[in-house]
Amino acid sequence: MEIIFFYLVAFVVVVSGLLVILCKSPINCALGLVNTFFCLAIFYVMLHAPFMAAIQIMVYAGAIMVLILFVIMLLNLGTAERKRYTQGIVWSAVASLMVLANVIFFLKRGRVTGAEGDITTFMVESVGHTELIGRTMFTEFILPFEIASILLLVAIVGAVVLAKKEV
Amino acid sequence: MISVYHYMGVAGILFAMGTYGVLTRRNAIVIFMCVELMLNSVNLTFISLSAHLQNMDGQIFVFFIMAVAAAEAAVGLALMITFYRNRASIDVDDMNMLKW
Repeated sequence: MEIIFFYLVAFVVVVSGLLVILCKSPINCALGLVNTFFCLAIFYVMLHAPFMAAIQIMVYAGAIMVLILFVIMLLNLGTAERKRYTQGIVWSAVASLMVLANVIFFLKRGRVTGAEGDITTFMVESVGHTELIGRTMFTEFILPFEIASILLLVAIVGAVVLAKKEV
Repeated sequence: MISVYHYMGVAGILFAMGTYGVLTRRNAIVIFMCVELMLNSVNLTFISLSAHLQNMDGQIFVFFIMAVAAAEAAVGLALMITFYRNRASIDVDDMNMLKW
């Protein structure tokens, strides 16, 4: 039952990904990308990571996509793309198929191994996913957390400076 | 039973599609969206491996990738607005002002 649901969601995520890369209008691309984000959030729930699913929807589908749609509508972009270069498309298809073949080769030949930690599914369900994330983030990863806050501050200042008419 | 290989296969397909989009599209915003697609496929890989290995570190990495993606969105879209103000287009073929 679960595997049927997995294949259904995987089918939807691949179709919306194709929508992103093949649609003429940027608005349609953005809507396909929102659909992809929601399908990935479903995958995160299936992987017992509900907090990641929540921030996937809030940060990606809520904040980043609103920003992208806002810019598309602000710039009033039409659907007109220039003539396509057939040679470029062929070589791009070759490159992306090589990436895909690489992934399939490693998945067929290799095995995923590693030292298993102590965060089992039972522990996630009894303690709570958010609490486990918080414990790890504010003990082991406290320095990267602080650096990320500085990065966000720099990004805010940089965006304002870049988009202003005259500095 | 769903194994970690299923999730990684889906992530690989998404990454390949994002590569194709980045290499073929001309509109800078669509290229940006394809980059987001690739970032999301990497996030799926991180979370599936984190669930498989029963370790929390991969999910923390996803958290930081999301923070960097938000910063990238803000700065990138501001760059596109500035470029549009100068050239009235966001076609990547028009981005040749640094060419000698």
